Amino acid sequence: MDYGFTTAAYVVAAVLFILSLGGLSGQESAKRAVWYGIAGMALAVCATLIGPGSGLWLLSLVLIAAGGAIGWYVAKKVEMTEMPQLVAAMHSLVGLAAVFVGFNAHFTMKAVQKAHATGEAVTGEFAQLVAHKTPIELNILSVELFLGIFIGAITFTGSVIAYGKLAGKVSSAATKLPGGHLLNAAAAIVSVLCLFWYTSSAGFLPLALMTLCALFIGYHLIMGIGGADMPVVVSMLNSYSGWAAAAIGFSLGNDLLIVVGALVGSSGAILSYIMCKAMNRSFVSVILGGFGGTAGPAMEVEGEQVAIEADGVAAALNDADSVIIIPGYGMAVAQAQQGVAELVRKLRAKGKNVRFAIHPVAGRLPGHMNVLLAEAKVPYDIVLEMDEINEDFPSTDVAIVIGSNDIVNPAAQEDPNSPIAGMPVLECWKAKQVFVSKRGQGTGYSGIENPLFYKENTRMFYGDAKASLDKLIPMID
Amino acid sequence: MIEGKGDQSVRIGTPTEVFDGENRVAMTPDSATALQKLGHTCVIQSGAGLKAGFSDAAYEAAGVEVVKTAAELWAAAEVVAKVRPPTEAEVAMLKDGQTLISFFYPSANEALMKQAADTGASVIAMDMVPRISRAQKMDALSSMANIAGYRAVIEAGNNFGRFFTGQVTAAGKVPPARVLVIGAGVAGLAAIGTSASLGAITLAFDVRPEVAEQIESMGAEFVYLDFSETQQDGAATGGYAAPSSPEFREAQLKKFRELAPQVDIVISTALIPNRPAPVLWTKDMVEMMKPGSVIVDLAAERGGNCELTKPDEKIVTDNGVTIVGYTDFPSRMAAQASTLYATNIRHMLTDLTPAKDGVINHNMEDDVIRGATITHAKDVTFPPPPPKVKAIATQKPKEKAKELTPEERKAAEAAAFRAQTKQQVILLVVGAALLLGVGLVAPASFMQHFIVFVLSVFVGFQVIWNVSHSLHTPLMAVTNAISSIIILGALMQIGSGSFIVILLAALSVFMTGINIFGGFLVTRRMLAMFQKS
Repeated sequence: MDYGFTTAAYVVAAVLFILSLGGLSGQESAKRAVWYGIAGMALAVCATLIGPGSGLWLLSLVLIAAGGAIGWYVAKKVEMTEMPQLVAAMHSLVGLAAVFVGFNAHFTMKAVQKAHATGEAVTGEFAQLVAHKTPIELNILSVELFLGIFIGAITFTGSVIAYGKLAGKVSSAATKLPGGHLLNAAAAIVSVLCLFWYTSSAGFLPLALMTLCALFIGYHLIMGIGGADMPVVVSMLNSYSGWAAAAIGFSLGNDLLIVVGALVGSSGAILSYIMCKAMNRSFVSVILGGFGGTAGPAMEVEGEQVAIEADGVAAALNDADSVIIIPGYGMAVAQAQQGVAELVRKLRAKGKNVRFAIHPVAGRLPGHMNVLLAEAKVPYDIVLEMDEINEDFPSTDVAIVIGSNDIVNPAAQEDPNSPIAGMPVLECWKAKQVFVSKRGQGTGYSGIENPLFYKENTRMFYGDAKASLDKLIPMID
Repeated sequence: MIEGKGDQSVRIGTPTEVFDGENRVAMTPDSATALQKLGHTCVIQSGAGLKAGFSDAAYEAAGVEVVKTAAELWAAAEVVAKVRPPTEAEVAMLKDGQTLISFFYPSANEALMKQAADTGASVIAMDMVPRISRAQKMDALSSMANIAGYRAVIEAGNNFGRFFTGQVTAAGKVPPARVLVIGAGVAGLAAIGTSASLGAITLAFDVRPEVAEQIESMGAEFVYLDFSETQQDGAATGGYAAPSSPEFREAQLKKFRELAPQVDIVISTALIPNRPAPVLWTKDMVEMMKPGSVIVDLAAERGGNCELTKPDEKIVTDNGVTIVGYTDFPSRMAAQASTLYATNIRHMLTDLTPAKDGVINHNMEDDVIRGATITHAKDVTFPPPPPKVKAIATQKPKEKAKELTPEERKAAEAAAFRAQTKQQVILLVVGAALLLGVGLVAPASFMQHFIVFVLSVFVGFQVIWNVSHSLHTPLMAVTNAISSIIILGALMQIGSGSFIVILLAALSVFMTGINIFGGFLVTRRMLAMFQKS
């Protein structure tokens, strides 16, 4: 059978997917772009259902509908602060699907071999494809599906753990089993040995053993990475889910899967790279967990943290002409984005220049803060990136830090011995007055003392961010 | 130690200052209100605040008990807060367990200190508060110096017959006054700020070169000496000036002689801790000044920076230069001085009442309280051990980023470009070699797919770099949805004969179904929220 139509549909779908990702370069074009993505997906699934996937098509449709109903429900219900968890959970589904499809490819291969041996005819589209392969092609096929399962399994457990950490169901602290990364290395070596074993024997045992190893690597790797490194983890898993799809695409000989897998894989890789760069750390050091070694004792922090009450903050805000707000994960935890937006509306109504400064790694997901602020109806044109706004701090009257810590730590610039030395940070201390809304006197994720809190122009506005804002807002007049 | 339990709160009392001409008071109605919030009760001697502009009625309105005589007050209060060091008569009224908070100048008043210690009372000297940033809020010396600096300029203006600021009027042009401020401590900086804001051309000098930046930030010009000796870092002496070498002093006086005929007003604030004030403005300099010029000597109490200064007096020299030697500038602004001093006292009491429950905890482990306490439990506890925290951070020599010449910059750019080219070429060669290696063993069908893969990765990189940072979360959600394209694989397999294959494929279809719908819908929801203002 010739599926020229299917291939044509795949080409169109691939173009639509590329347009869909390219459209995300701007807020307005993005709204159109998501429809390209939906159209591409619909086209690809329909073409497959009509063409090579027509077996049991009714069951397929029912399952898609059932899954779709759940997906629709989840998408409607999810809070924007829960986006990191949702994304991680969805990665795990892609990973698991890749494992299953990989296993199926293996079973089909076996069935075809058996059929060849007994001389029976093979059934199923994929089986027929396999039946026409040469021995070398079969070997390559087994390597491909092996890789697909391996990456898929890592993505699966990794994402499940990432989901648990982000949802607060697993402690977000970095924990490792005794042996640390040696265990991961051992599991990886076992997997490589299994690959050779599998290509020579083609049995199910090495495949299963490798799957267990990969599941373990995914679990242990992500367990060893702590809270604020989550943006890197999530984008890394995003990347893996893409590579898994690409590997499966190779084994199934499906170009669309390869194209999309490569797109998603490179997208996740770029995101990881951007996140790492924003923390001035190498990808390896993030994955291996922990901060780099320090070159010497950290600079002593002088001074004291001076507290201030809501009326003091309100007075300063009433007098200010320009305000920059720096949100962080703490704002998401306290669900304070609505309060922040309300404050901004009030200040802007008085003709003050209010803007947001977003550090690339603020929050637990790349771009997390932007989505939260958008949800609270903060217009996106006053939400600026670090590079766009850093130069404006010296001419700013008031900077408000809400729930962020390491991304505003001056030690990154001032103290060459600091573990975060060289990390690009928001230079909020250059503003005339800085208010830090913070729960208590603790250190941030990195455990590094933040000299910002001790600066002369800094006042600490202690308390839960939401409660603090509720107190503050009525005082703005 | 005073124990106040439950409703039995500590009484804080302020007597009328007995020193002649002293207008300040150590408690204001505002500070009393704040003290009551700490759980204390407040007492004041009738008329104590009168000269600073606070009537008895105002105190009563703030909930302060007013008593008639000093004796009654000293008897009633467990903590006595006042401004001037106590007189012998006042020390005699101290009782065991009582606390006195006031200026004391313990090194100059050793006998009095001994007498106070013998009574068993604790004395906290406001002039001994260590200069660490935590204690800034109770640093009464600084708040008084600030007032003195301001007032010095006002006194100078009062005795100076011209404008500070330059003006061009219909009646002619007025040149601006030239003001020289010697010593840029708290008083000096306050004087600089006041003088500059009145419009005078302000010059300032200090032996500590590290304050140049502060001086310039206040709007004055720092007077540099042609002298290359490295100065001792101000951090070593707790932020105060140290005595300078004779050579340095000579260079300094030479500079001043140069400036003397040019300046109209000199405000001198130079003090070295525990020493007489250094003489910096000699008789011949005064003689070189223009008639009508004014010298305000804030160091008059310690002998004066000007050779001719007479403490507590204003004199006019033969050549018409007015020299103001008042020592009571803060008292001349009693309302302001009292407000600030009372606030300093209030902060001290806040530190002494850590639990805010009206119980005084005289914690001798605390750097600030220990440093300021000069007698405690019948012992003289002066001088205090050095504080655990250094007053100000050691100044680091500033490194200036080297300006690159255009040639150097060009060379650096060219080198960077070459390095980049090299890197890219190496990557391309390695990549091509790897591809060729794969191509040698892999069958053609694989290579076809591989081309698609490599090109897609390239397209992906180009496309994703352009994605706006603010849309990274929608990007992840949408890539999530489209990575569920893996559903195609499951759909192709679901028609197979084997049960297990059907089961796994069905599960995959179901899961990816969730993902596709969930991913796209949540992306759409997010994008709809992004709104322009």
